[in-house]
Amino acid sequence: MNCPVSIPTNADYVTLAHGEGGRLSRKLIQERIVHALSNETLLAMNDAAQLPRVTGALALTTDSFVVSPLFFPGGDIGTLAVYGTINDLAVSGARPLWLTLSLIMEEGLPLVILDRVLQSIAEAAQQTGVKIVAGDTKVVPRGAADGLFINTAGVGELIAPIPSGAATLQEGDELIVSGTIGRHGIAILAVREELGLEPLPSSDCGSLLRPVEILRESMGHQVRCLRDATRGGVAAVMQEWAEASGMTLSIEEQSLPVSPVVRGISELLGLDPLHIANEGTMMIAVKQGAGADAVSFLKSLPETADAQVVGTVKHRGIAAVTIKRTLGAEQPLDDPLGSPLPRIC
Amino acid sequence: MKYLDEYRDPEAARLLLDEIRRVSTRCWTLMEVCGGQTHSLLRHGIAAELEGTVELIHGPGCPVCVTDQEAIDFACQLAQRDDVILASFGDMLRVPGSRGSLLDARTAGARIQIVYSPLDAVQLARKHPEKQVVFFAVGFETTAPATALAVKQAARDQLDNFSLIVSHVRVQPAMESLVQAPDNRVQAFLAAGHVCTVMGYESYESFVEQYRLPVVVTGFEPLDLLEGILACVKQLEANEVRLENRYARTVQAAGNQSAQDLVREIYQICDRAWRGFGVIPEGGLELCLEWRQYDARTRFSEPALPVLGIDECRSFDVMTGHLKPPDCPHFRKSCNPESPLGAPMVSSEGACAAYYRYGMTASH
Repeated sequence: MNCPVSIPTNADYVTLAHGEGGRLSRKLIQERIVHALSNETLLAMNDAAQLPRVTGALALTTDSFVVSPLFFPGGDIGTLAVYGTINDLAVSGARPLWLTLSLIMEEGLPLVILDRVLQSIAEAAQQTGVKIVAGDTKVVPRGAADGLFINTAGVGELIAPIPSGAATLQEGDELIVSGTIGRHGIAILAVREELGLEPLPSSDCGSLLRPVEILRESMGHQVRCLRDATRGGVAAVMQEWAEASGMTLSIEEQSLPVSPVVRGISELLGLDPLHIANEGTMMIAVKQGAGADAVSFLKSLPETADAQVVGTVKHRGIAAVTIKRTLGAEQPLDDPLGSPLPRIC
Repeated sequence: MKYLDEYRDPEAARLLLDEIRRVSTRCWTLMEVCGGQTHSLLRHGIAAELEGTVELIHGPGCPVCVTDQEAIDFACQLAQRDDVILASFGDMLRVPGSRGSLLDARTAGARIQIVYSPLDAVQLARKHPEKQVVFFAVGFETTAPATALAVKQAARDQLDNFSLIVSHVRVQPAMESLVQAPDNRVQAFLAAGHVCTVMGYESYESFVEQYRLPVVVTGFEPLDLLEGILACVKQLEANEVRLENRYARTVQAAGNQSAQDLVREIYQICDRAWRGFGVIPEGGLELCLEWRQYDARTRFSEPALPVLGIDECRSFDVMTGHLKPPDCPHFRKSCNPESPLGAPMVSSEGACAAYYRYGMTASH
């Protein structure tokens, strides 16, 4: 006898039934997610991924992605989720191996959107050589999420030499940024707020694996620490490093690589590119005298072609983080307070 | 970047600094009227470099800082209505009214949208015909024309769900109120270049004549500011009193006529309460009678809430040059950007926020 209650089988949108563990859930997972991300571990469909032994120590990280809009020039929530997680592993000195992927979908999310995001995830994973080995899906009622949220966890194998960390920063160490700053934050702002810019600025969303690899191979122990400068931008990384080391981190405004479009929009809205998010740009500290070589190695890769030495580490002075602007006087650089708000005039 | 880098050239800035020091025989007291100028002076280290040569008083030129608490309270009150979307410029969101800020109201469930121009607010009203969109119209003469344009656009589109909380303020009456005070210390003014871009500077002729104080129209980049300061100092040293335009690449004597026509068509001059200053005669703009239907105070018959408590912020003393932000007993103690006592600490244009951000100490 047929069930009197019809089960929604709308093929175009995610429905609450897709999250209820029944046939539609299995269909969504098998036909779309596993199909897009296909690998042996995932195909086994075990409750937990069974992973091979590795020789080195492990690094583990997790992150959640709630970007709006889901697609933006230079990337989407899928590439952001993969690159964001593997970058966290890479800058920690690990070779990324496995990722988990949890999708929290809002009822009504077009399946074609989901497919596009999954495709981005698959391509980013393939490009960076990581496997997505476990996952979860949930569907929440319309209005309870902004289309799609993604949570990831990433496991990597630590590879010697592991950067000694911000606590070991010493006087004379050189500070480098690996590319033009503020691109991701400005790209998102321009699309979300419909600023009417033509052409639209593009995010730096991308993998830092190769640049980290080249630094590892060519600089070895001369690299003290690395950090992808995501939320809070370069300024937030400097504040954290200054706190960890008890030193002053000092940069020169004129050395900072900033693209004309980011600089223009920042000037217009009263925002500081130092406080704006990046998604494929990192800050690096190297031992005194190693900055020029590190920049030279980084410039050989297209993703870090704009790398620059931007400052140095000093004994604690007038503030934890300082900046030299037009007249060359050293001034404190403040910690961003919440998200920067565009000014009136 | 064109029109930017050439006005930030360190070598040229050094030469101007040397020239200012060379021509000064005593320490002169100048007021930069605009908050944008304050930030630039501190951000680029000019105020520190000129210590002992020129004392810079950071004037009332931040429209966010001088917006009356009552207006912020009213904006929060409207934002909490189910049928309202409140649209505001970003830097207005953190400024505390007497009952909290717009951000506090948003946390409590109010629908508040950041916009980048008044026309964005009109667009919002078009998108949400089921809601009343209220634009919190703050700003000097620079933003008033854009708000006027938004009102006309709403009228053209026959939008009956768009209105304004008009808090526009006028610069010159505030300058007059400052110099008329018995303990005025200002010896010359750096006039706000962007206001003059709209309004021109001819109206300062009578101001200069009446109060016998030099006024120099000045831009916002380091070289603009240094040239403006040098021009003021030269006048003071020569015992001269003139109106000068040192922002000629942008400012014309008569200003932008079409913007002024727009302002005259939509607004009328009114007395306005400035936060810290009290009511400044002719210190604000309000909608003319024929556009009054776009006034949120007319549209919503909300009872006026009394302003709560006493404003501990000493913004008036700061904005009149009687107190440097670091000398304020609250600075970096009970007043900081995370928990500001008043608007000058929270607004990106505020003098106290500038001192906090750029780490200036009391000696500066």
